[in-house]
Amino acid sequence: MWEYTDKVKELFLNPKNVGEVAQPDAVGEVGSIICGDALRLTLKVDKESNRILDAKFQTFGCASAIASSSALTELVKGKTLEEASKITNQEIAEYLGGLPDEKMHCSVMGMEALEDAIRNYQGVKKIQKPEENIICKCFEVSEDKIRKVAIENHLTTVDEVAHYTKAGGGCGLCIPEIEKILKEVRSFQDVKERPVEKKKRTNLQKMALIQDVLEREIRPRLRADGGDLDLIDIEGSKVTVGLRGLCVDCPMGNMTIKGIEDRLKEVTGEEITVVTE
Amino acid sequence: MKTIYLDNNATTQVAPEVLKEMLPYFRDLYGNPSSMHTFGGQVHRKIEEAREQVADLIGAEPDEIIFTGCGTESDNTALMSAAETNPGRKHIITSRVEHSAILNFVKYLEGKGYRTTYLPVDPEGRLDKAAFLKSLDDHTAIVSLMYANNETGVLFPIPEIGDIAKDRGILFHSDAVQALGKIPINVKNLPVDMLSFSGHKLHAPKGIGALYVRKGTRFYPYLIGGHQERGRRAGTENVASIVAFGKACELAKEDLSRGITRVARLRDKLEKALIERCPDAVVNGDKENRLPNTTSISFEYVEGEAILLRLNEFGICASSGSACTSGSLQPSHVLRAMGIPYTAIHGSVRFSLSTYNTESEIDQVIEVMPSIIHDLRSLSPFGRDKFERYLCAAGTGKAD
Repeated sequence: MWEYTDKVKELFLNPKNVGEVAQPDAVGEVGSIICGDALRLTLKVDKESNRILDAKFQTFGCASAIASSSALTELVKGKTLEEASKITNQEIAEYLGGLPDEKMHCSVMGMEALEDAIRNYQGVKKIQKPEENIICKCFEVSEDKIRKVAIENHLTTVDEVAHYTKAGGGCGLCIPEIEKILKEVRSFQDVKERPVEKKKRTNLQKMALIQDVLEREIRPRLRADGGDLDLIDIEGSKVTVGLRGLCVDCPMGNMTIKGIEDRLKEVTGEEITVVTE
Repeated sequence: MKTIYLDNNATTQVAPEVLKEMLPYFRDLYGNPSSMHTFGGQVHRKIEEAREQVADLIGAEPDEIIFTGCGTESDNTALMSAAETNPGRKHIITSRVEHSAILNFVKYLEGKGYRTTYLPVDPEGRLDKAAFLKSLDDHTAIVSLMYANNETGVLFPIPEIGDIAKDRGILFHSDAVQALGKIPINVKNLPVDMLSFSGHKLHAPKGIGALYVRKGTRFYPYLIGGHQERGRRAGTENVASIVAFGKACELAKEDLSRGITRVARLRDKLEKALIERCPDAVVNGDKENRLPNTTSISFEYVEGEAILLRLNEFGICASSGSACTSGSLQPSHVLRAMGIPYTAIHGSVRFSLSTYNTESEIDQVIEVMPSIIHDLRSLSPFGRDKFERYLCAAGTGKAD
């Protein structure tokens, strides 16, 4: 039997915000009945302020999936879309007083439903991402999703990846590929955790580092949401990028750019500015 | 809150008579049955009495019964013995719906160079006999097929399979852990070489099992050491539990015919009422050919763990084949092997009754279950009306 917190039990037995909001402004859907859990999130959004006035959910899944969904709706209500977009799966888990490791994918599902709803609000049509590389065929988990969740949750083992994304939890054939991805993520995290070297990098080294961060960390996260970017140029401390896919015309584009800038500053220890082409 | 225990294929309560019988062997009669003194010797006699009780339930000779630590040990021992006594044969036949005590041991043997045939089952959980006939060859060391399935209760045609294996001179083992005490088993007219049993499935405590080995069957021990169990299972005997197992078998024999009818009637009542009162619910498995105490029901559009935890609020204990309860991310290998759609597997609930269940307990389950299902369905984004867009294989391969 799973060790659920009282909060999980409470929100499972008496879930809040069940159902659909009338004439929703945003609908987010993730999962499928085949995978064993699915969540449909509907939001009422104030057009002026972009504030979420109401949120409701419908969930097919276990107790922690239902509780995570209910927690998500509680967390987003009253927030602006911009504030809501920063909610992570860890916050959902924390709201519940924690989830068993094996159930963390329920919190990830909540986060994904929210992302999907925000995209939906922005009028971005759900498109099949053609070059999506499906690693886990049992649960249809893409390489980008594994990377994103692994980076954000500091995952280091195949078991953890299965707990958070389900990838590798089925037939197990994709485990070597997941190990490869984890190795890459880890090698990148090692770079990150190394103290910023006092010695100045050569220009070439700095460019390689920036490229590395964009390739291994930023792009997988954007691609997981249907977007992407290209590195156009690096001149001194000015990095020029071109937004691609769903990132083009994304109202949150500026935030994305700002986020990339902060990350590059952190990694290089220099005053980087990021601009779009 | 009173517990309504409908998970007897997982484990059972120790019968009060059984508990009474075993207690003195912890406290007063703690001697070692191998000792030369009377104090130990009397314990030895009691073990032999228990052996007779177990043998008596299945029509065996007492010296055909080896006490083991559990059902898993019995299964492992049978396979290991087959491997050791047939060194030239490297092929094993089993099924896709066996217990993990068989499946994972077979995987272990595969690592040692064995080849396995996993026989398929049909959508009702029945063995594919044609596939069985085709799979037999001159390299087959053992055929191991379960007597009754733990999840659906479906029975395999053990006598028929045994006849064929016997004709071909191939060792035949059956994991009868779920069958013992629930249906009559008589090895006198059952062509089987080895049978595995477990005490805690029939009101003896956990930690005691038995392996029936037909006289004349070549045998190689799994635990090697002292001369206990005539050298076939070393280790000081778990005296109290052996005594308990013997008593439980005696009770099972007394209760068998009357008990089956009563339990089957309650099970049928439960099943019928739930199917009637909960729309989109189906029974998994061959209803004509299964254990009298088991029913596996799939409630579509809802997830099993959620059902179990809602039942738990009423003190009702059951189990599910859903992924969330399996300890892995995959739902029940048994229901998948039957080709039950995932939509139905995730919402499967198994009720397994015992002789201790009462009519009023069953009535309580019948009363609360429809509203639990209705409630969870109202939370679900899926349903009969909203189903189309999810492109699921609803309505195919249903086993009822």
